[in-house]
Amino acid sequence: MKMEQFNDRNVADNGYFLVDIEDYPTDGWGKFKRVLKRSFKGELFVGLWVVLREMIKFDIHTVQYPEEKMPIGPRYRAVHEMKRLWESDAERCIGCGLCEKICISDCIRMDTKIDENSRKEVTEYTINLGRCIFCGYCAEVCPELAITHGGEYEQASEQREHFVDYEYMLTPLDKMKAGKQLEFEGFGAITPHEDERVKKTPLAY
Amino acid sequence: MSKIMINIDGKDVETQEGQYLLEAARANDIFIPAICYLTRCSPTLACRICLVEADGKQVYACNAKAKDGMKIVTSTENIEKERRAIMEVYDVNHPLQCGVCDQSGECELQNYTLEIGVDSQSYAIKDVDRSAHDWGHLHYDPGLCIVCERCVTACKDMIGDNSLKTIPRGSEPLSAEYKAEMPKDAYAMWNKLNKSVIGLTNGTDVLDCTSCGECAAVCPVGALVDTQFMYKSNAWELRQVPATCGHCSAGCQISYDIKHTSIDNPEDKIYRVMNEWNYVSLCGAGRYGFDYQNAGVVKDESAFANAIEAFKKADTIAFTSTITNEEAYLLQQMKEKFGYKLINHEAKAFQEFLDNYSQISGQKLYKGDLKKVHDTNFIVSIGSALKTDNPNARYALNNSLTVRKGAGIYFHPVKDPIIEGIAKSIMTVTHAPLQEEVALYLLLDLFADKTALPADIVEYLASFHSQKTITVEEVVKEKVVEVVKEMQVNEESGEEVEVEVEKTKMVSKKVSKEVEVDENKLLEILGADENFMETLEKNLKKKESFALMVGPDLYRHPRAKNLARLVALVEKYSQFEVTMIPALTNSLGVALLCDLDDERGEYTVGYNTEADFVLSALGDGDLDMPALNQQEGTLTSVNKRVNPTNAALGYGGYELNDIANALGFTAENVIDYTVKLPTSVGFQAKEFDNLPNHYENDGTEVRGYVLENVAVTQSDDENVDKFSDDKLEGCIIYLANPVRQFTEFTNKATNLDEVSGIYMSEEYLSKTDYNEGDRVTIKTQKGELSANIVCDNKIAGDIVVLPTFDKKLNAEVLFDGYRFSTASIQKG
Repeated sequence: MKMEQFNDRNVADNGYFLVDIEDYPTDGWGKFKRVLKRSFKGELFVGLWVVLREMIKFDIHTVQYPEEKMPIGPRYRAVHEMKRLWESDAERCIGCGLCEKICISDCIRMDTKIDENSRKEVTEYTINLGRCIFCGYCAEVCPELAITHGGEYEQASEQREHFVDYEYMLTPLDKMKAGKQLEFEGFGAITPHEDERVKKTPLAY
Repeated sequence: MSKIMINIDGKDVETQEGQYLLEAARANDIFIPAICYLTRCSPTLACRICLVEADGKQVYACNAKAKDGMKIVTSTENIEKERRAIMEVYDVNHPLQCGVCDQSGECELQNYTLEIGVDSQSYAIKDVDRSAHDWGHLHYDPGLCIVCERCVTACKDMIGDNSLKTIPRGSEPLSAEYKAEMPKDAYAMWNKLNKSVIGLTNGTDVLDCTSCGECAAVCPVGALVDTQFMYKSNAWELRQVPATCGHCSAGCQISYDIKHTSIDNPEDKIYRVMNEWNYVSLCGAGRYGFDYQNAGVVKDESAFANAIEAFKKADTIAFTSTITNEEAYLLQQMKEKFGYKLINHEAKAFQEFLDNYSQISGQKLYKGDLKKVHDTNFIVSIGSALKTDNPNARYALNNSLTVRKGAGIYFHPVKDPIIEGIAKSIMTVTHAPLQEEVALYLLLDLFADKTALPADIVEYLASFHSQKTITVEEVVKEKVVEVVKEMQVNEESGEEVEVEVEKTKMVSKKVSKEVEVDENKLLEILGADENFMETLEKNLKKKESFALMVGPDLYRHPRAKNLARLVALVEKYSQFEVTMIPALTNSLGVALLCDLDDERGEYTVGYNTEADFVLSALGDGDLDMPALNQQEGTLTSVNKRVNPTNAALGYGGYELNDIANALGFTAENVIDYTVKLPTSVGFQAKEFDNLPNHYENDGTEVRGYVLENVAVTQSDDENVDKFSDDKLEGCIIYLANPVRQFTEFTNKATNLDEVSGIYMSEEYLSKTDYNEGDRVTIKTQKGELSANIVCDNKIAGDIVVLPTFDKKLNAEVLFDGYRFSTASIQKG
């Protein structure tokens, strides 16, 4: 076992280091030179010219968001959804923790415990959307097709926690009862003709 | 044992004569798949996957012994077929619930299925009901079990509880077709597997053992799981902190598996303790008693100022041996600088015992260690309640007796059904307290080289022998010739004729004989069994290595000095190698590092002990200290090894080093002192950060370093006193903890729920009118206490046991140093 990590007692570091930035000028002459450099380099006008050029063309391709929205493909990866089982409306998530493991930005966490039926129960589940890069690995790795991506890309809310709440991500029961839960077709979804590719196991029943 | 060369897959490998092929391969980084084999235990032959070809013949690598010049091929076409079939069989009816299995990928079934590349299944059998069992601290799911019997093997060969066995599965027999079409070994393995699951030997559904949890640790799949860990965390989320267990002197290698407490609480928490179970076995306290940290401590500046004040005022520091070497060294430095008295009675007694021992032996430390005890085949234990003083010593004893066909003698006043249950070859001698000297004299008498032993001792020992004539009944076999009438058929006539035939018969006859026998009075004094000598003679056959373990009963014995000298004489004049079991975690380290004093002065600062100002890692003192799982440092174990331990959990308060720094010392971390530990008593000048903490593939322990056994001036005086006739009689109490408890720290751990009280054996309770739960008062010359009676089925006999792990009970007040005392017990 490597012991280096235990021998590093400098807890303040956390692996951060300083990048090489030129020091800001502190004396008057230096500051004056900086003002001159910034004012007369003319970078500002480059940007302004692009805007002006496009404005006078009157050929605008921009979608008039939020009045107008683009249609979202079924494989689009926005805020996660948690699916329910069609048969029982119960949650699909079994708490295996694979999404937590595979997450490359380390933004998924879950707490599990043993429930009264001796089954594994997920008591808390959070995704830190501030860190999530929507790579879709969690949906791909999920063995139960429980966590998928939805089309909800608008992440403005009065309560940011809304998005990461397990309850919020779960398909609402009424939607489930109405049979309106949509299956995700992207990463991790079952491919067509899956049955034909599976080798059958003999059974003695 | 000689070195030989064998060849495995074209690679020349050096190994020991008689070493198992699997061990030889593993030691040389050659992979042979094996599931059921446990290093240090006897081969089980359940999985049969370790098939190899040795000199052209298929053998099992786990039980085939290496011979010089052997050529081994680890894989042939036929072996691959067998292995593939075996793995397919293991996968038959195995639930595909790996997602929620607590093994979470650390699964040997998964690994080997992938390694061997099982991608389809050819076999099937109807499954039977295999629902899960809750066995108390363990959860058994027969559905996941592959019946490799590693748990059974570990329990029998290493731990010695014999709590597990295989029981009938109740499955239908295998389809007859398989016998013809399957590879031979795979079929045989399946046939056995199909008949068994794991069950308890006591016939109930609740485990009644010493609760070490080793069976769950060795389980290759998720069938046996600690109930407290079930569905708590996946293995991959846990970070391993290599450490040394801080509960007893065995200094076992452990790793604390830590992770954040929950989504709400990012503080680290210890979820479980793991060990290198091939090379070290833990006890229940080590495995389950991990959360004894002093949690939630912040820097309390006023308390710290008070502590500095107290240190300036104090003339004495009292402490327990549950501290690291570095802190013990620091205390010694503080003594040298400020003239404090250092008080630690338990370590002081051990120190004096060692000193007295080394006067004759000429060495600072005893010769043996527990590793050697594992490897010897005749073991004697004197003066220690083995299973609770040092569970690893008990494992070593059991391992030797069961795997190495060893034998042993266990001298102790308290009867111990666990020790007696190890094997037939253990002889227990239940002598009266204070008679330990007699036991050591007996060892000298039986094993010492009388020609070399000082003449006065030989003479003294001879005085206990006398010739006695006894009548023995012997069974003698005699030849008797009998004339029997038989009917025979006359061949010519075909008629039956009566013929007289002479027949010789062996008839056994009882004969009384007068024989002169040697009578040894020492045996009588010790109360040994009548046929002790006969059994011993039988047990001593084919024994070539001898180990003596002595324990804490001797160190605080009123005649400890004489005992220490006797122990040294036993080592010097017989083949025994002595191992001394220190009473607490770091008693040996403290005994080596500190000059200890006898009496407290006027104002005492206590470290984890009662005093005027208390520094406490338990969180109940005047200033908080970090517990051993929050500290870095080294601990000296019974194996004379200086083991490093890392901090598993964070600690926000002050530690002893901060106090020392405030008093004028300068060390950034307490581990800066590791390199300064005195080489004069055997320590090495090694930086803490350079101390390794792991085992090699061949089982070599690469942990810290071993203390050098420094030579000391030897005195020619080998006189020992005759033993004293004193013995305790009547109602006797003994100071020892129940299984899984050592100190106040184990008491703090949430998973160890032993009830504190006055422990009485079932035997004693049925004899007296006490009942479990009754409140009784115990009085001795030193003091009295009252507590409830707890029935303990891990002890037997009439001696009442009082624990030290419960501070509230404070049983030490009843005793005057020695662990036994006479007492009066009254109801109420």
